[in-house]
Amino acid sequence: MTRLELPVSAEKISELKTGDVVKISGVMVTARDAAHKFLIEHFIERSPAPEEKDLYDKLSSVLKDGMIYHCGPVVAEENGKYRFVAAGPTTSSREEPYESHVIEKFGVRGIIGKGGMGDQTLEACKKFKSVYLHAVGGAASLLANSVVDVIDVYMKEEFGVPEAFWVIRVKDFDAVVTMDSHGNSLHKTIAKASSEIFNDLIRKISKG
Amino acid sequence: MKTYPEFCEWVVEFIRRTSVDLPVDVENAIDVAKGAEDPGSPADNVLNVIKENIRISREQSTPLCQDTGTNVFYVYHPAGPSTREMSEDIVEACKEATKRSYLRPNAVDSLTNKNSGNGVGRAQPWIHFEEWNRDDVWIRLMLKGGGCENCGTQYALPDRRLKAGRDLRGIEIVVLDAINNAQGLGCGPGFIGFCVGGDRASSLSEAKKQHFKKLDEANEVPELRALEERLYEKANTLSIGPMGFGGKTTVLGVKGSYLHRLPACFFVSVSYMCWACRRRDMWIKNGEMRID
Ligand code: SF4
Repeated sequence: MTRLELPVSAEKISELKTGDVVKISGVMVTARDAAHKFLIEHFIERSPAPEEKDLYDKLSSVLKDGMIYHCGPVVAEENGKYRFVAAGPTTSSREEPYESHVIEKFGVRGIIGKGGMGDQTLEACKKFKSVYLHAVGGAASLLANSVVDVIDVYMKEEFGVPEAFWVIRVKDFDAVVTMDSHGNSLHKTIAKASSEIFNDLIRKISKG
Repeated sequence: MKTYPEFCEWVVEFIRRTSVDLPVDVENAIDVAKGAEDPGSPADNVLNVIKENIRISREQSTPLCQDTGTNVFYVYHPAGPSTREMSEDIVEACKEATKRSYLRPNAVDSLTNKNSGNGVGRAQPWIHFEEWNRDDVWIRLMLKGGGCENCGTQYALPDRRLKAGRDLRGIEIVVLDAINNAQGLGCGPGFIGFCVGGDRASSLSEAKKQHFKKLDEANEVPELRALEERLYEKANTLSIGPMGFGGKTTVLGVKGSYLHRLPACFFVSVSYMCWACRRRDMWIKNGEMRID
C-alpha cells in the first residue's frame, strides 16, 4: 500500500503502477459532468472572463498537482457547515472527451472515479504524468467517512449539489491505480480477456 | 392521505431503510462472492470494502450509495384508497427523505440541466399502481442508480452482428453480450434482469422489475429457469469480476421474464443492477405498517 499526500509530484506519480493500492490524504475537488463542461467552455476554450477570474484562480490552485474526484455526493448542512454523508465515485467514462484537456491545462496528477477511462485520457496520463485511480463504486458511506472537512463549494446554485465543485480534505481515502502514467490500463486488459472468452462462448452456443 | 393518516411518514421510513440497508439475500450473495475470491486479490479487496460499507451504512443510517437512483414504486392496493392521494404522499415522502439526506436530490430538468433540488421531478419518483383482490396494501420500492442504468440495453432479434436468432440461443447470446459490454461500469458484481418480448417500453420495464425478485425465488417457466442458470454460470466465466478488476464473480444473480410480442418484433431487454441492489417491501394491514 502506498500513501499519497496532496499536492503530489510528477515523480511520485510515475512510481505508481496499475494494481497498486493507495491511501490518499490532502485537499481535492469533486467535478463531474456539468463541472467538466464548464471547465472546458469557460477556462480552456477561452481565457476566464473578469468575473470568473477568482473562481479560476481558486480552482487552479487545488488542481495543480492535485486530484479530481468524479463524485456527486449527498451533503448535509448543519449550522451553516457542510458534511459529506455519502460520497462514492461516479462513472468516469462520461468525462472522456474533456479530461485530457483538463489534465493538460491544470496539471492534475490524478483522476479518481469508477469504471476507468479511454485512450485519450490514458495518453494524457502518460504525457503529463497523471494516473487514474479507481474507488469502489457504491462504497459511499465508507468513502464519505474519509472526507474529514468540506472546505468550500463552487457553482452549487448553478449546477446543483451533485454536480458542484466541492473542495474537500480527505484522510486515507482508499483507491486502486487502474491506469498508470506508463500507458497501462487494467480496464483494457480485463476487457480484452473477457471479450475473448465471450467470443468463445457464443461460438459454442451457436453450435448448440 | 385520509385512509392512512401516517402514510407519508411511513413512506419516509420505508425510503430510509431501503437506502441505508440491503436485503438479506443480496447481502448473503455478496458474502458468498467474497468467499470465492482469492484472499488479497483486487476482487477480494473490493468485496471487503463493499462489506465494510454495508456495515457502516446500516450503523450510521447513511445511504449505501450516494446515487439513490430513480425511486421506483409499485403499489398493490385494495379497491378504496385514493391512488391520487397516495401518489401525492409518496412524492412528499421523497422530498422529505431528500431533506433528511436519505436520498440525494436526483431530478435534473433534461432541457435546462437544472436540478430541481428537492428530489422530485417528472417521473421521479416513478409510481405504478395496481388494484388487487386483497384488503392489505403492498408497496415495493427499488432505488435504481444511474451508473448501472446506463448499462441497460435492448436488442432486436435477429441480431446480425452477434448472429443471434429468434430463439433461446439468440437470447442467451445477447444477454451475455450486454454483460460483457457492461464490464465493471455498473458497479458489479451485478444482478441481471432480462425480458423477452413485449414492445420497447413494456420490455424494458419488465426487465427492470426482475430486480424485485428474491434470489431464491425460482422461475415458474422451466425454459427461463434453465436459461437463467446457464447465463449465471457463463457470465461468471467472463472473469470481469468485482468493479471490473478481474475475478470469479461477475454477476450475483440472473432473473428473466417474457411477454407476448408482435409478429414483427422480438426484443430482448436487459437491465443491470449494481451490487447495491436496494429494494424493500412495505405492507399495510389493519392500519399497521410493516417493512420487510
Ligand atoms: S451503479 Fe449503483 S453502486 Fe454504482 S454508483 Fe450507481 S447506484 Fe451506486
